[in-house]
Amino acid sequence: MELGRDQSGMSHLCFGWPGRRVLGPLLKVEGLRKSFGGVHALKNGQFELAPGSVHALCGGNGAGKSTFLSILMGIHRRDGGKIWRNGELVEFSSPAEALASGIAIIEQELSPIPFMTVAENIYLGREPLKRFGGIDFRAMNQAAQTLLDDLEFEIRADQQMASLSVAKMQLVEIAKALSHDAEVIFMDEPTSAIGEREAQHLFAAIETLKAQGRGIVYVSHRLSEIFQIADAYTVFRDGAYVGSGNLADVDRPALIGMIVGRELGEEYIKTNEPTDVVGLEVENLQSPGKIEDISFKVHKGEIFGIYGLMGSGRTEIFDCLFGLDSSASGRILLEGAETIIHKPADAMSQGIALVTEDRKKTGLNLTDSVRGNIALASLPEMSPAYVMRASEETAASQSMIERFGINAARDTMPVSGLSGGNQQKVVLGKWFLRDPRILLLDEPTRGVDVGAKREIYRIICDYAAAGGTVVMISSELDEVLGMSDRVMVMRAGRSAGILDRTEANAQSLVHLST
Amino acid sequence: MSDTNANSSAGWMGSERRRLLIQEYGIFIAFLILVVVLSLSNPYFLTSGNISNVLLQTSINGVLAIGMTFVILTRGIDLSVGSVVALAGIVSASFATTSATAAVSGAPYPVFVPIAVGLAVGIASGGVVGAIVSRFAVPAFVATLGMLSAARGLTLIYGNGRPVPALVPEFRWIGTGNILGIPLPVVILAVVFAVSWWVLARTRFGRYIYAVGGNPHAAKTSGINVTRIRFLVYVISGALAGLAGMLLSARTGSALPQAGIAYELDAIAAVVIGGTSLAGGVGRVTGTLIGALIIGVMNNGLDLMGIQSYYQQILKGALIVGAVMLDQKRNQDA
Repeated sequence: MELGRDQSGMSHLCFGWPGRRVLGPLLKVEGLRKSFGGVHALKNGQFELAPGSVHALCGGNGAGKSTFLSILMGIHRRDGGKIWRNGELVEFSSPAEALASGIAIIEQELSPIPFMTVAENIYLGREPLKRFGGIDFRAMNQAAQTLLDDLEFEIRADQQMASLSVAKMQLVEIAKALSHDAEVIFMDEPTSAIGEREAQHLFAAIETLKAQGRGIVYVSHRLSEIFQIADAYTVFRDGAYVGSGNLADVDRPALIGMIVGRELGEEYIKTNEPTDVVGLEVENLQSPGKIEDISFKVHKGEIFGIYGLMGSGRTEIFDCLFGLDSSASGRILLEGAETIIHKPADAMSQGIALVTEDRKKTGLNLTDSVRGNIALASLPEMSPAYVMRASEETAASQSMIERFGINAARDTMPVSGLSGGNQQKVVLGKWFLRDPRILLLDEPTRGVDVGAKREIYRIICDYAAAGGTVVMISSELDEVLGMSDRVMVMRAGRSAGILDRTEANAQSLVHLST
Repeated sequence: MSDTNANSSAGWMGSERRRLLIQEYGIFIAFLILVVVLSLSNPYFLTSGNISNVLLQTSINGVLAIGMTFVILTRGIDLSVGSVVALAGIVSASFATTSATAAVSGAPYPVFVPIAVGLAVGIASGGVVGAIVSRFAVPAFVATLGMLSAARGLTLIYGNGRPVPALVPEFRWIGTGNILGIPLPVVILAVVFAVSWWVLARTRFGRYIYAVGGNPHAAKTSGINVTRIRFLVYVISGALAGLAGMLLSARTGSALPQAGIAYELDAIAAVVIGGTSLAGGVGRVTGTLIGALIIGVMNNGLDLMGIQSYYQQILKGALIVGAVMLDQKRNQDA
């Protein structure tokens, strides 16, 4: 590890800790245990982070990763186990203590203060003061700007946080971690809300950090990213350590095997065969300032992928098709018949279903039960005389739980208590209950573990194979390439081309989208 | 693992079961304890005369609080109900009075006319607020604060700032009559409660209300007309405020322009004590009814003990905050 490797003026960021440098691991964890109310969330957390490396922490939902992170961050107290930081035994009772020992976390759900500037967010709670106790905004902005410039983030320190994209906010969080002089940086699903190009930007930043000798713990469900940037891996399953090693020594199937605990064959098994019948035809769809001149045809039995970066107009297409955008115009034909859609109820009565991008924000009613959520889009059908038919509701939820293997103790339990994969299956169940003709899927596997992902792919393929029409937005290259029969690439609100399965590959998609 | 579970569930009842029980019935248990304590400390408390009195005093706040529950379930709030009580009271009274100065021409009308007028006034003010909140995306707090002021002003203009006295006996009967020995306002509260419970728990509209409050975006993408539901809950709250206004004027025999001041606060208190979340989507009208009863019983009990009403206000304040604190803790545990 070469700390002094001159990264064009980065050296001042490193002040403070070169002296503390030890040759051993930056962080070592053994036998970490934690249970909540008698349920073991973590049985045996084991981990070792080498300096100057990116270490992927892998595992399905419920594998214990979040618990592991929250103990290391001092949010939860451990029940047992040992943590060494630079060879010294440590115990954190608050996030501030963890931060003080050089451990920072960039959480999946960012919590910036939107109407403060970038600099104010970075130096929150430790603003440089002037002589009489006022905040020295100039010094603060300057320090923040230097920090951001050195990382080549192209963000102005005096910008309001609210004006930044999610990816930029993520970068600000990184800058914030570095301003604390963190030596160990945890990143929890950092790319779940950002596009491919921004992700590459983030990876460049990670490379820089790595070159400075810091250790990065990278938590992600996206294996392609892990193989792109990580050096080492550790896999957790069911709250326990399963294995670790160098990524160079493991291939994708083997890693998936460790994560899900069983050997899995091909990841994307396509069973559907597009027919000649057009299920959905869109002509000259537009919405001012969002999308322009979008036209495509999707056949019954086909999975039509839409790929594009954040803000390229992917989701806006669905908004227009589902009646969520009142300024939309253009023709929509369902099985050849022109259809006018003004509101979601119109789309639903035509047999269109929409699985939205963010299940927590727009897909589920988190205060309601599994059963209530499955029934949510079918309430009129279940109450022909205005009074809800409880028996129909129970039967519907039972059938969807069985059909998709939703893992819930009771269907009256709150849907918020389910894992991401099971929550997503509840959303699918809500729509499959309506027996749709057209299925619109927006990022159907975001934040879902590998095992549940495959089940969701299976559900989608089965639906298409049975003659359904599927349009699927995905920002995950593997997924969109693996699942789609054809892919439309979006760029800046327009279609940049529609590629056949045989001619689409990662290069062509990324090329068209940027 | 099963060992630790067995250990943790030792005690007089499984801790998990106890927690669920308290979660479900906590407010009811608190109410029962209050009743037991008061009946032990004062023999008069559990007499039929006093029970009837407590229920009567609770009826107006109960009706308002039930309307408020509909609104709060959709993440809203209705601060205007107190003023609407006065407006509906005074307008309906002007159709039911024999006083020459305060009556509209042709008054007193048959009793169903003032009743219809009172309800219409409530529905109209609720409709205005509902339209502002649902169509123009004005925060409910602001829209209903505006109506709180405007409806009070309208009340004063309508009655020239003077009360409407001398209501006809048929109209007064709404507030003073009995059915099978039960005061009519209590019967009305029971009917309003039963219908509301049924609507919220058993009908499509009720499910829409919970969905809109739980997650308006998800409700919208599930095909629910969120705007319409938001509009309708304010209409319901307004209609019940109109009803409460008539109960009040009928009971006292005249409609006062300063009636109903701060009633919205007691209604919100009952809803909150009853466990309905101000964040929307969670709560039951049963809890609201018990919340209103707790306030009524507490006031009555403290009266019986001869404790000054000033102290009652402090206790009520503590009760509201305490109920929400318990609720928060419960949410964290869950």
